[in-house]
Amino acid sequence: MILHSEDLHRIARDEQDRRDGFRHQVHVCMAAGCLSCGSGEVKQALEAEVARRGLAGRCQVKGVGCLGLCAAGPLVAVDDGATRYQGVQAADAAAIVDALGGSPVERLRCSGDMAFFQRQTRIVTENCGRIDPERIEEYIAAAGYHGLHRALTGMSRQEVIDEVGHSGLRGRGGAGFPAGLKWTAVAKAGDSLKFVICNADEGDPGAFMDRSVLESDPHRVIEGMAIAGYAIGASQGFIYVRAEYPLAVKRVRHALAQAERLGLLGNGIFHTPFTFHIKVRLGAGAFVCGEETALIASIEGRMGRPRPRPPFPAEFGLWEHPTLINNVETFANVAPIIRNGAAWFSAIGTEKSRGTKVFALAGKVVNTGLIEVPMGTTLRDIVFEIGGGIPGGRRFKAVQTGGPSGGCIPSQFLDMPVDYESLAQVGSIMGSGGMIVIDDSACMVDVARFFMEFCMTESCGKCVPCRVGTRQIHDLLARITAGQATPADQATLEDLCDLVRHTSLCGLGQSSPNPVLTTLKYFRDEYHAHIHERRCLAGACSAAGEVV
Amino acid sequence: MSPEFPKKVRSDLNPSRVLTFRIDGRDVSARADESILIVARQNGIAIPTLCHLDGLSERGACRLCIVEIKGSARLQPACVTYPRQDMEVVTTSERVVAYRRKILELLFTERNHVCSVCVSNGHCELQDLAVELGVSHVRYPYLYPGYPVDASHERFCVDHNRCVLCLRCVRVCDEIEGAHTWDVMGRGITSQVIIDLNQPWGTSETCTSCGKCVQVCPTGALTEKGRSVAEISRRRRFLPYLQMMRERRDER
Ligand SMILES: Cc1cc2nc3c(=O)[nH]c(=O)nc-3n(C[C@H](O)[C@H](O)[C@H](O)COP(=O)(O)O)c2cc1C
Ligand code: SF4
Ligand code: FES
Repeated sequence: MILHSEDLHRIARDEQDRRDGFRHQVHVCMAAGCLSCGSGEVKQALEAEVARRGLAGRCQVKGVGCLGLCAAGPLVAVDDGATRYQGVQAADAAAIVDALGGSPVERLRCSGDMAFFQRQTRIVTENCGRIDPERIEEYIAAAGYHGLHRALTGMSRQEVIDEVGHSGLRGRGGAGFPAGLKWTAVAKAGDSLKFVICNADEGDPGAFMDRSVLESDPHRVIEGMAIAGYAIGASQGFIYVRAEYPLAVKRVRHALAQAERLGLLGNGIFHTPFTFHIKVRLGAGAFVCGEETALIASIEGRMGRPRPRPPFPAEFGLWEHPTLINNVETFANVAPIIRNGAAWFSAIGTEKSRGTKVFALAGKVVNTGLIEVPMGTTLRDIVFEIGGGIPGGRRFKAVQTGGPSGGCIPSQFLDMPVDYESLAQVGSIMGSGGMIVIDDSACMVDVARFFMEFCMTESCGKCVPCRVGTRQIHDLLARITAGQATPADQATLEDLCDLVRHTSLCGLGQSSPNPVLTTLKYFRDEYHAHIHERRCLAGACSAAGEVV
Repeated sequence: MSPEFPKKVRSDLNPSRVLTFRIDGRDVSARADESILIVARQNGIAIPTLCHLDGLSERGACRLCIVEIKGSARLQPACVTYPRQDMEVVTTSERVVAYRRKILELLFTERNHVCSVCVSNGHCELQDLAVELGVSHVRYPYLYPGYPVDASHERFCVDHNRCVLCLRCVRVCDEIEGAHTWDVMGRGITSQVIIDLNQPWGTSETCTSCGKCVQVCPTGALTEKGRSVAEISRRRRFLPYLQMMRERRDER
């Protein structure tokens, strides 16, 4: 049982001693991406090689969370990132062990070594790729649960809320609502029973930030939730995670069991009256279940459909009790804020968007994977510095942020700082952190059609504008890409987008026109060419091409 | 799976508070737990509705009752929005009326609402709404889904081609009759109301054949067999009865 800060320090010291006993550290990424291309075997081979040479006491082979450059897996990091290898196979084990302490194996070295890793600022992912997510001791050695200790033993509830408020942290689940305000609202709600929910339903196509955090550093989220529970006066939390994330579920469950065993969750944490328990609830993978009222309905065992707000969950949430619902990444920022103070956090980022943001960089970019950058970093830096630019000699065309609720941002905004306000200004949103780079081979009408198809199939069907409107919009876009649309169809398209946006019940419908609206705004010539010249400017839509 | 609607009344609204606000420029007074829709009706101001039915839980789903609230950019459905002191509600602005019309048009394109061959012709809320909102033509393409008709029940018939997914049948069956025979299956445009585990109505073991679903259906989707056009009028007085039943249940 951990009852005092000395206990935390003792565990941290022991862990450090254990670590210092090894001359070399070999970290193998064991997050879902690398596992799927064989990092499990690589780890076994490295362990066997180390054992065969009798180096077991001097070289530690360790499974860690996401190393970031997911597309180049399996990834191996030697001596805390001094050298990184990509595309490692089991057969490479001997060469890697040979090279320990000497010059690295050049043929395996990460090409993205420099900018990709150096330009990032890691808060949420500070432990990703460094600690073994299955060992709570390593999290504690990385200052884990110190924030919770500080909150419980040295701060009043109000002070914790103030700290989060002053940090400027905003919700990372999409809308960017100030976390401090939300916490205050739930704290003020007059009910003796309250709940904390962590939204890990992550449903945007291509997004995997939350999954990575849960797989790589689950304790960080647990600690953030416990601090929130203390601040708002809740003693029960839920992590709602999609069932399609079996590894994340397994690691979270494992982490919860460890935290309970050490008394970091449960009754009377750190010898205080504070009690906090967390349960895992599995989502069945409907995108709309990420919407907070649908998610709450789903936990209650009702159908996962949104309901009109107000009342907001802060007042009328799970089983009608005040409920704090935040995203995984939001909670992941909490412990560092309490540990390092609001001033430290608010010094990072821009005036209205503090801290960092994790993005899943995907699409037509050299380095795809998970990155964390300060808010306000420009799109150009993300795509061309960290991302390494566009592969295959192609040209940059747009970047899509915010998934199906976001928009397509053209090249004239490449120097725009990435923060909530700037993205909204150009018609997109921060969203949960999906970022898809599009090159000049893509047809923007077809990109819009793709996202509308997603919204159409993910619409829950409750309200009429979204249920029927997304289908109608999708059909119109399909007609345009097929070269069969008339100018009147484009007018109808714009009219329907306006309707669905302003009359749908929940955020899914309300934001579903965004990809269409932004492409209409910035790539109108492509719509025009399809409709008036029966031609696809990118040469991507075959049906339209035939007529030429 | 149990249905989507919460069972209990809104515990966050204080029924002992009374307030005044304005609807279309008229001063009205309301209890804090009365929706804008209810207060509007009390004052003779008609707001179109479809999913709302007195006596059933609210869904806020058809969006036909949207109104403007001064000072707020967002349109709100009157059936689930509660007044605040000095709020100013506009129920018939050009913008709102145009949106309502388009929403109704979308509903007409979704399934096959051909009035001339429908048993409910003349007694259909969808038809009434079209008249009320002045919808004479539909600007969006019809989707023409080919849904089956289930006539396996000895007295009733369900034609999914005329269903508007208001879920009144699901709610009345669950909340008033307590049978929970009806439910919805699928999502988005493929949503469909189903009997029990999506089986023919005639084989249902939970259906009590009470006929409440048929009475509350706004269109010709649920009908009683052997009734011709002239005969099918819904017993509207049935609705206050439902309300009474519900209040009684709440008191219990
Ligand atoms: C259709 C839809 C899907 C959503 N999906 C997610 C999701 O997968 N994860 C998430 O954290 N928030 C999601 N949200 C946002 C949540 O409703 C909610 O705002 C969020 O969890 C609040 O957390 P935050 O304040 O920390 O961002 C979604 C919203 C909508 C409308
Ligand atoms: S907007 Fe779409 S997803 Fe949201 S309630 Fe309406 S139909 Fe369901
Ligand atoms: S009557 Fe209000 S949304 Fe249907």
